[in-house]
Amino acid sequence: MTVSYPDARGRYGKFGGKYVPETVMAALEELEAGFQEAIADPAFMTSFRDVLRDYAGRQTPLTYAERLSQHTGGASIYLKREDLLHTGAHKINNAIGQALLAVRMGKKKIVAETGAGQHGVAAATAAAKYGLECKIFMGAKDMERQRLNVFRMELLGAEVIPAESGSQTLKDATNEAIRYWVANVEDTVYLIGSVVGPHPYPQMVREFQRVIGEEAKAQIEESPAAVVACVGGGSNAIGMFSAFLEDENVSLYGAEAAGRGLDTEEHAASLTKGIPGVIHGAFTSLLQDEAGQITEPYSISAGLDYPGIGPEHAHLSETKRVTYEAISDEEALQALSLLTKTEGILPALESAHALALALRKAKWMSPADKLLVCLSGRGDKDVETIRHEWDGEGNDDEQR
Amino acid sequence: MNSVEQAARAAEDQLFIPYMMAGDPSFDASVEIALQLEAAGAHILELGVPYTDPLADGPVIQEASHRALDEGMTLTQTFSLVVAMRERGVTIPIVLFCYVNPLLRFGIDAGAEAAARAGADGWLIPDLPFEENEDVRASCRRNDLALVSLVAPTSEKRIQSIASQAEGFLYCVSSLGVTGVRNAFAEGIDSFLQEARAYSQVPLAIGFGVSSSQQVEAIQARGYGAIVGSAIVREIGKRKEALRHEHSRPQALEDIKSFVETLVSS
Repeated sequence: MTVSYPDARGRYGKFGGKYVPETVMAALEELEAGFQEAIADPAFMTSFRDVLRDYAGRQTPLTYAERLSQHTGGASIYLKREDLLHTGAHKINNAIGQALLAVRMGKKKIVAETGAGQHGVAAATAAAKYGLECKIFMGAKDMERQRLNVFRMELLGAEVIPAESGSQTLKDATNEAIRYWVANVEDTVYLIGSVVGPHPYPQMVREFQRVIGEEAKAQIEESPAAVVACVGGGSNAIGMFSAFLEDENVSLYGAEAAGRGLDTEEHAASLTKGIPGVIHGAFTSLLQDEAGQITEPYSISAGLDYPGIGPEHAHLSETKRVTYEAISDEEALQALSLLTKTEGILPALESAHALALALRKAKWMSPADKLLVCLSGRGDKDVETIRHEWDGEGNDDEQR
Repeated sequence: MNSVEQAARAAEDQLFIPYMMAGDPSFDASVEIALQLEAAGAHILELGVPYTDPLADGPVIQEASHRALDEGMTLTQTFSLVVAMRERGVTIPIVLFCYVNPLLRFGIDAGAEAAARAGADGWLIPDLPFEENEDVRASCRRNDLALVSLVAPTSEKRIQSIASQAEGFLYCVSSLGVTGVRNAFAEGIDSFLQEARAYSQVPLAIGFGVSSSQQVEAIQARGYGAIVGSAIVREIGKRKEALRHEHSRPQALEDIKSFVETLVSS
């Protein structure tokens, strides 16, 4: 299988494309031209990789999780440690890439959306480093829930603007960021946080995240039997999978959020329970009602709490190259607890979903099989949520 | 020539296109509001279909969208609303302003058939650029609907492609940003409008930020149609309670009509 998508129209099979107001079409075309020129320029890519090494902390280690593997009793589990990056997650790879591109294109201002604040912090960090003016839209509700991250972005010099429309969460922050961009396209670049949005964003973010998979593939030496990553929008997963898509003997698994259960309304399983349609400029799979109105997702993990998914994932799901399964809040919390106790690594709640799916698969594999998990972020940001969850649900001994 | 283009041409230099949101503040009130808009001098009615995520709209229309969604308004219901408007005597062409996702969910072909059957005359899909509109365009052609295109000051090299395939009227975005009331028009708008006019086979109308009779007059004096959205929707929003109740509705409708008449009184 040769991966030649997206095509000239930004399509991954039938998914992708550009569904945006005419006002930003010219800006997308400008961005696409700037991006294609940049990635074809070895000097740009070299400086990008240099910054990732000298500033963000690449390459990240590959950790053999020995005690976790023994405890699970199956495959040998390897963790790609994106949690050790500057600002605590893989998001910084993309933020630096897009900020460098903005500088190269002569733009002085960036605008971004954020859910829990991880991408916001990464974008504000990159903006600080390159002296760009930075505005971050964040749902008014999310700002309340994540006050510390708001302060962190402000410390970095960014202006955090509450999105008061709709449900006041990530989806609405994305709407507001796009609206702001529409009104200010002449001097502002939209720094999107995942492999979502109109073409060329899904491709661009993939190119800035593919370093995850390339490094891991070189580090693990023998080919892994399976690779697992979590998917909200899906940027760490695309970054990881992109190195293995053509290796047909490698099984690929994406973990989406089942929240309180797929039989409830409270989940974010945009592939398992989604229907094709348009969200934030891309034709993809999304959570919507019968009238085509976008519905509110739910997940304990803010980074997975998104009603859509990157169009390339929708394509990889349709072609069955990647198997997507949903992981509940509870399974994620159990996996998080287990990794913390067996390996001394506190993963982000997002990454705990990948881990939970990995554990599900590992049991059926042999120790000779290597199972590679993308540990996309660290859990420091989630300590409050985890504590709240445990206090709320009673402290049974098993969890302690 | 479809009915939208006919109406736009017949209006000559007086072309006026108001916008209202279907179901804001209720199904019944919307029917009456449409009648008032026609009575106040509208040549074409732009009827918004509410959507949870209206990317191209500012706060005034977002709020109207939420009011309508709370009323249970959907695309299917909007088709029924058009039927009711026709039964009550609305005769001007109706263009449905609908984001692409509700239409995709309904089905592109089924949507065009239902729109035509209900008595609507065209679609305006703000998040469907011409690169993506092939299927919708074909369904419009089969059902004798106009697919109204938007062109913006930033369209530049795209102006020719958009303007030359325009149907009904060409919707020219007067300023960057989302819909809403504003005083200033974008810089360099004249050269953009002249270029659009050179390629367009249909009349041009200007929208986004048109909110006063002076603006309407200035636009019409230059030979363009005027599209007024948020300014009217805001007047409807102010009277949402009065419009919901039959006893207070007539006065509220009268007020809205007067407001619109003032807009086009030049």
